Amino acid sequence: MPLPAEFADLESFQDWALPTEPERYAKRLASSMDEMQALYDAAMPRLEAALDHCDKHDFTDLPEDVRTLMHLLQSVVMVSFPVECWSQPRVPDSGAAYLDLLVEPGF
Amino acid sequence: MPHFAKPPAGSWTEQYPELGTAPVDYTDSIDPAFYEDERAAIFKRTWLNVGRVERIPRTGNYFTKELAAAGTSLIIVRGADKKVRAFHNVCRHRGNKLVWNDYPNEEVSGTCRQFTCKYHAWRYSLEGELTFVQQEGEFFDLDKKDFGLKEVACDVWEGFVFVNLDPQETLTEYLGEMATGLEGYPFHEMTEVYTYKAEIGSNWKLFIDAFAEFYHAPVLHQKQATKDEADKLLGYGFEALHYELYSPHSMISSWGGMAPPKDPSMVKPIERALRSGLFGPWDRPAIDGLDPAELPAGINPAKHRAWGTDSFEIFPNFTLLFWAPGWYLTYHYWPTAVDRHIFEANLYFVPPKNARERMAQELAAVTFKEYALQDANTLEATQTMIATRTVTEFPLCDQELLLRHLHKVVADKVEEYRDAAAR
Repeated sequence: MPLPAEFADLESFQDWALPTEPERYAKRLASSMDEMQALYDAAMPRLEAALDHCDKHDFTDLPEDVRTLMHLLQSVVMVSFPVECWSQPRVPDSGAAYLDLLVEPGF
Repeated sequence: MPHFAKPPAGSWTEQYPELGTAPVDYTDSIDPAFYEDERAAIFKRTWLNVGRVERIPRTGNYFTKELAAAGTSLIIVRGADKKVRAFHNVCRHRGNKLVWNDYPNEEVSGTCRQFTCKYHAWRYSLEGELTFVQQEGEFFDLDKKDFGLKEVACDVWEGFVFVNLDPQETLTEYLGEMATGLEGYPFHEMTEVYTYKAEIGSNWKLFIDAFAEFYHAPVLHQKQATKDEADKLLGYGFEALHYELYSPHSMISSWGGMAPPKDPSMVKPIERALRSGLFGPWDRPAIDGLDPAELPAGINPAKHRAWGTDSFEIFPNFTLLFWAPGWYLTYHYWPTAVDRHIFEANLYFVPPKNARERMAQELAAVTFKEYALQDANTLEATQTMIATRTVTEFPLCDQELLLRHLHKVVADKVEEYRDAAAR
């Protein structure tokens, strides 16, 4: 599903609009820092406008394109740690530890 | 130099002389014989929380719970009379596991009108009665009344479902004064849930140790803060606002960190943008009961204006953690072996009304996982090294009071069990 027309500038990052945390986390681990930095640099300046746009709609009944935008924003949160803290996709000092998200809220 | 007052006894620990101040022996976390006795002395006869009533709101809603430490699997179900009950997950005919899907050891949940065994189709009502036997006439004097599901004591406190295989007291008596002080918190309004699970290569007590002290936080997690903030935190170290033992339970109360930060430059850009972070969304949800003045008396017991979070350790394996901005989380540590356990974490929020609130919760959840992964991995390093027995006794500081208490309570219960068994 494409992003809302107002956010066509983020269209090249649409493969980050993933509906579940396990998918977003896996993509983070499989991505280079350059790829995550590109998403972060493109999306962070648009974050405020994106939230405003989403909040024009009833949160219990979001149109498909707005939901896609929300999933893209979730990925921005997901890559914020590698970009802002770690300089690598993995959490440092986390070794073989994992933590599966089994239940997450939808919208 | 201390930043917060300590009790007149001079230290938090010295208020409780029975704990002593000597180094603590961690053999209890590596010795298989001790683990076996711990299962019998604690997990087979203590009230254990298995989740919230919101998981089973309607008649016929059920979930199963694997209790490896107690050596059983349970079905938790809401009956036609709305009562929540717990049963051993075993068919009375030939002992097949009654409720499971493809994999017998995986927990399941769902809704049904009755439980039907996969093996020979014996059926049980939601209240545990045997209601149907396939080819009943082939059996010998079988009275169905004698073959209901084996029920386990089950009770609910503030929406938390507890079970006990061999109760020594009622749930209310067991939870005692500490729980009374938490009653009235709007748990029932916080139905937006994130559920995490992992298998951890350490004894269950070591993960409680990790989350029952924040002395480690400025060190292990220092890279999660901006550089200036991390340096400041490391300089301060950690001091709690308050500790209280309600043996076998305990609690730690801590100051508020950065929710919201005094200086926005001290937090990361994503936190500024979404007004959220480790301590949760900075803007408290608009529901009754969350204003600091309205919180139950047991929360923020020091009534400190800088209060940020309280962590309640409900013995043996249930942590209830409240955050000042108006959400809570739970941890459960389910032993599966002396050096392994299943860790579960649930984050509970008031359902968001809009995208902005949802994304603030998203950041809190993502941040939680980043921290928890560092904690979890450290445990495996600890387990492997204490198992060498190169070092057996470890000095615990005044900010590690809850750890000293946990290991003492466990030791006392195991000793009491061993003494009784020897008589």
